[in-house]
Amino acid sequence: MAWLFLAPTIVGMGVFTLVPIVASVLLAFFRWDILSAPQFAGLDNFAEMATDPTVRVAFGNTLAFVVVAVVLQLGVALGLAVLIQDRLPNWLRVFFRSAFFFPLILSAASVSIFMKYLFNEQFGVVNWLLGTVGIPAVPWLTTPFGSACVVALVYVWQNFGFSFLLFLGALSAIPQETYEAASLDGATGWRKHRYVTLPLISPTTLVASVMAIINALQVFDQPYVLTRGGPGDSTRTAVMVIFETAFQQLQFGKASAIGVVLMLVIMAVTALQFRLSKRFVFYQ
Amino acid sequence: MTTTATPVPATPSNRRARSGSPVQQDRSPRPWATRRRRPLDWSLAGRIAVLILAAALTLGPVLWTLSTSLRPPADSLKLPPAFLPLNPDFSSYAQVFKQVDMALLVLNSALVTGLIALGQMFSAALAGYAFAFLKFKGKGALFSLVLATMMVPVQVTIVPVFMLIRGMGLSDTLLALILPAIPTAFGTFLMRQYFLGLPAELAEAAAIDGASPFRIFRSVYAPLAMPGLAIVGILAFNFHWNEFFRPLILTISEQNFTLPLGLVSLQGNMGTGSISVVLAGVVLSMIPALIVFLVGQRTLRDGLTAGAGK
Repeated sequence: MAWLFLAPTIVGMGVFTLVPIVASVLLAFFRWDILSAPQFAGLDNFAEMATDPTVRVAFGNTLAFVVVAVVLQLGVALGLAVLIQDRLPNWLRVFFRSAFFFPLILSAASVSIFMKYLFNEQFGVVNWLLGTVGIPAVPWLTTPFGSACVVALVYVWQNFGFSFLLFLGALSAIPQETYEAASLDGATGWRKHRYVTLPLISPTTLVASVMAIINALQVFDQPYVLTRGGPGDSTRTAVMVIFETAFQQLQFGKASAIGVVLMLVIMAVTALQFRLSKRFVFYQ
Repeated sequence: MTTTATPVPATPSNRRARSGSPVQQDRSPRPWATRRRRPLDWSLAGRIAVLILAAALTLGPVLWTLSTSLRPPADSLKLPPAFLPLNPDFSSYAQVFKQVDMALLVLNSALVTGLIALGQMFSAALAGYAFAFLKFKGKGALFSLVLATMMVPVQVTIVPVFMLIRGMGLSDTLLALILPAIPTAFGTFLMRQYFLGLPAELAEAAAIDGASPFRIFRSVYAPLAMPGLAIVGILAFNFHWNEFFRPLILTISEQNFTLPLGLVSLQGNMGTGSISVVLAGVVLSMIPALIVFLVGQRTLRDGLTAGAGK
């Protein structure tokens, strides 16, 4: 009986998730261009990706992006969540919360399109704003470092609201008495946050950081629309390489191998989360 | 947030007290909300200044996009930029419909997104109900398996899914986008949590009256689960309306493009020294998302953060 209830979900997942995972892992050991029959290739695909400079650069870019984007995203989100928490008129709090949440509803593609114009070297509003305070025009999208910065900034702009919401939930769960007790003990300002807020929200910080890392590891839309991976390979990401290897170079085995490695990285991050949550996170 | 198995819309639950009963108001966790305002508080003023700056940085680009799309095309690159749409000029919007088949893009996006949302609501409700209330062998293991699929990124399965779609003869059809997106681990999890928050006694009472499990689900629990289903539906809408990666791979001909793809190709058509047409397209694509944001803001917010505290 129960199986009738489960059928749509389980059959769908079997066909479109579980079978593809197994197929992907198997395919990673084959050479295949769709046109001819797949040939067993052993570990060749993995060896090839390890020596392929494009793949290595893309993984390096992705890791650097993850570090920068996640630190920025969590920092901005936590800072703003703390600022919004206390003694603000209610209508202002609602306004700011909606404003920070807003970019989450937009598509990364359309955000990247208008951001591309905002960061234009000659006509862009960003350089115009910098110009008004005397900073010369920055070649944002035409230099490797500038492009990498824009991709990270645009990504964080769109996604910090998610971490912000998580932190907001955690902060509102801290009982006010804890702060009163801390003030009685002489803690003020910064020390209050260091010794009360941070430990009390550590479970959320862990969840927020792991979710941010997993999402950032899969970044594709922003660099694809903003820069197509360039200039050079400066904004090419792991997922972009999977896309290009499979659907432009028709090396489906190698693309699967890259995908499997990415999946292993994501699983390792999740496993690490469970480890860390046992050791470092302070539960009330 | 640290406790497990709370019913779904639990996230900022204390915020609910605002519009709630006076009894709950007494338990408001923000005693400072009712305190008299002090004469002048520099730290509060500084704080609000930072928040205003952050809000300006967040909303500014969107406001600029809207405003520039309403400028006469020849002025679209003029500096200083426009932030307020004075003297709106709608010619770019008319131009969008000439340059791309906007009606078709919207129709495709609406069809794909709508059917995915309905399919997810239907399948997640059934599966969530089974995991919450029905007894069967291997329930725990199966539920863990469902949850585990949440960890698998779409890029890892995209090559085999692409093959599968080809094998089913669905290449370059809208169904290729819809079918694989219907089974939803997160939606199933959300609905299970929601059903667990409903009293189990109702099922017992209905069973005593001789109702079948399907009948109990359809007549008793499904109506009660509507708020949970709304979360699943709105989340599905928000995600798939904006989706880019799968449509980029699974559709080939322009007649099957969804909005985000159409916009990127609209951008390719431009070489006219004006960006207002592209931006008009961007604004048009945002309207449905904006409506969902305004109508279902809390639902969307609760849905996004649900499960984060598990």
